[in-house]
Amino acid sequence: MRLRSTLTVSFRALRRNVLRSLLTALGIIVGVGAVIAMVSIGNGAKSVVEAQIASLGENVLLVFSGSFNQGGARSGAFGAGTLTVEDAEAIKREVTTVIGVSPEVRTSAQILANGLNWSTQILGEGADYLSIRVWPLSDGVMFSEADVRSVGKVCVIGQTIATQLFPEGSAVGQTLRIKAQPFKVVGILAAKGLSVQGQDQDDLVIVPYTSAMRRVSKQTMLRSISVQASSPDTMTLAQNDIVALLRQRHRTAEGSDDFTVRSQVEIAQAATATADTMTGLLGAVAGVSLIVGGIGIMNIMLVSVTERTREIGIRLAVGAHGREIQLQFLTESIVLSVLGGSIGILAGIGASELVSHLKGWPTLVSPTAVVIAFFFSAAVGMIFGYYPARKASLLDPIDALRYE
Amino acid sequence: MSAVVKLEDIHRIYDSGEVKVHAVRGVTLELHKGEFMAVMGASGSGKSTLMNTLGCLDRPTSGRYLLDGVDIAGLDRNELADLRNEKLGFVFQGFNLLARTTALENVELPMLYGRRRISHRDMQERAEHCLEIVGLADRADHFPSQLSGGQQQRVAIARALANNPQVLLADEPTGNLDSKTAIEVMGVFQKLNAEGITIVMVTHELDIAHYCRRNLIMRDGKVVSDIAVTDRLIADEELRKLREAETAAKLTA
Repeated sequence: MRLRSTLTVSFRALRRNVLRSLLTALGIIVGVGAVIAMVSIGNGAKSVVEAQIASLGENVLLVFSGSFNQGGARSGAFGAGTLTVEDAEAIKREVTTVIGVSPEVRTSAQILANGLNWSTQILGEGADYLSIRVWPLSDGVMFSEADVRSVGKVCVIGQTIATQLFPEGSAVGQTLRIKAQPFKVVGILAAKGLSVQGQDQDDLVIVPYTSAMRRVSKQTMLRSISVQASSPDTMTLAQNDIVALLRQRHRTAEGSDDFTVRSQVEIAQAATATADTMTGLLGAVAGVSLIVGGIGIMNIMLVSVTERTREIGIRLAVGAHGREIQLQFLTESIVLSVLGGSIGILAGIGASELVSHLKGWPTLVSPTAVVIAFFFSAAVGMIFGYYPARKASLLDPIDALRYE
Repeated sequence: MSAVVKLEDIHRIYDSGEVKVHAVRGVTLELHKGEFMAVMGASGSGKSTLMNTLGCLDRPTSGRYLLDGVDIAGLDRNELADLRNEKLGFVFQGFNLLARTTALENVELPMLYGRRRISHRDMQERAEHCLEIVGLADRADHFPSQLSGGQQQRVAIARALANNPQVLLADEPTGNLDSKTAIEVMGVFQKLNAEGITIVMVTHELDIAHYCRRNLIMRDGKVVSDIAVTDRLIADEELRKLREAETAAKLTA
């Protein structure tokens, strides 16, 4: 088969009517562009959520009071506290696969220092908290177990607090007042920046949970317990053990638990499940538009074949084989769809970059999606171009030459 | 010298269900190299069918056709296509050039379908050469829409020459041209014939037929007359006469 000539012939034919070629390819361009853009934006959103979940720490299990339905809706969670400090201590004591436990209480309060005041969030945590969260310090140290046991008036502050209340010099060693009680700053947290929801993660003060419960907010129940498992492999075991232990302690049974234990992975999955569904749906819709683009190609190729009946007659008269005519039109169809696919890929990347830029969402162009889209558009050209090409190849030269 | 074209008792019957049309009823003829034959006849005389048979575009219902010694009966569709590509050149009444394609690319067309691979440069050279023969070397990059009817037909003739054919088949080549341009085109044919190219032309115009060397007349599917042209017209002379007449008219008008 004279491949080089066929390509030459096909390109010349497409070149003859550039506008029509472009309009025909438009369906594919839009279809592929849409698929790439949707998948990229979806992947970007997913990666942000995953990063957020990952920033929860390493091998983390979260225990919180209240029940939590499967969709991730928070009804009654963190509500009427049912978790106690004793629960946390029991977990630390009895579940062997657990290497760190941090009971948590939360409140907001106004803090004062250097004559300045600031309203912020006060987290009461255990001494293990920073290692569970894998949150480094930029200065100073974390408070110790001893501080927790002695209900110490010590705290670790976020970068925002440090810059707002202690603009001069290091905040470490200085004092701030929470609810008229002096707390010594022993450490400053490394910056984390804004969360995906737009909250300032550096705007907080961490004190021992005992101090928070006794001195700051007078709570008796815990909001949640952060637990760190020894390794990714032991997480399931740890999760099951914690559930069993708490059921025993709270005298509840499956289905009527007043607490929930979620692993980091499950939280991530729940959060990304919606994103996945959305991406899948959008991708499917874009895929449909790709099919429509293919039908558009077939339509135009059929019209083209009819229009060029005379031309086909000349080619046959001059010595073209039926197969070559078929190959010529099939090539035209494939060239159109592949060109359209390539432009579509570029357009899709461009569109997702634009969305990134305008909305501040990250996008992740997936190479897999690009490769699949490329081959898919080639396939569309092949499938939808076949029938018109075959029709062209079966023309009788005499009839074709006589065609008006 | 053996015949380039040999037809032996050719019959062609069209059977389109209802009516059987016996278009060609037993034609036997020979064509030798260098001949210049005109096939004439009224509508329905079978001349188009005969041309289609000669052009290997249609198979006879019965009879034998030998083109340059090759019996076409044993050839399949693709082999016939190759035969057309290598041995024949076609010129049509409606020129049938590819639109929005340069004259040069139009002439290259038969070479693209040749069995032998020709390099891009060789193709271009040969195409330019063919355009030179018909006197259009300076219009190689023009599109058909930029050429007059006569020029388009000459490009078509150049295309027919691309693969150095044995026989040039022309179907009413001057049908769409005015009388002066028609003579110019006949001049090209005569020039080619003088260089040894065999030409078969269908025409219904008597004066055009007189530019050829042999006249075949068909009626009802049979050859009723096959004679050599006696009072042959020479294109160059006729053009000169025409120019003189025009000048004379301008002088007196």
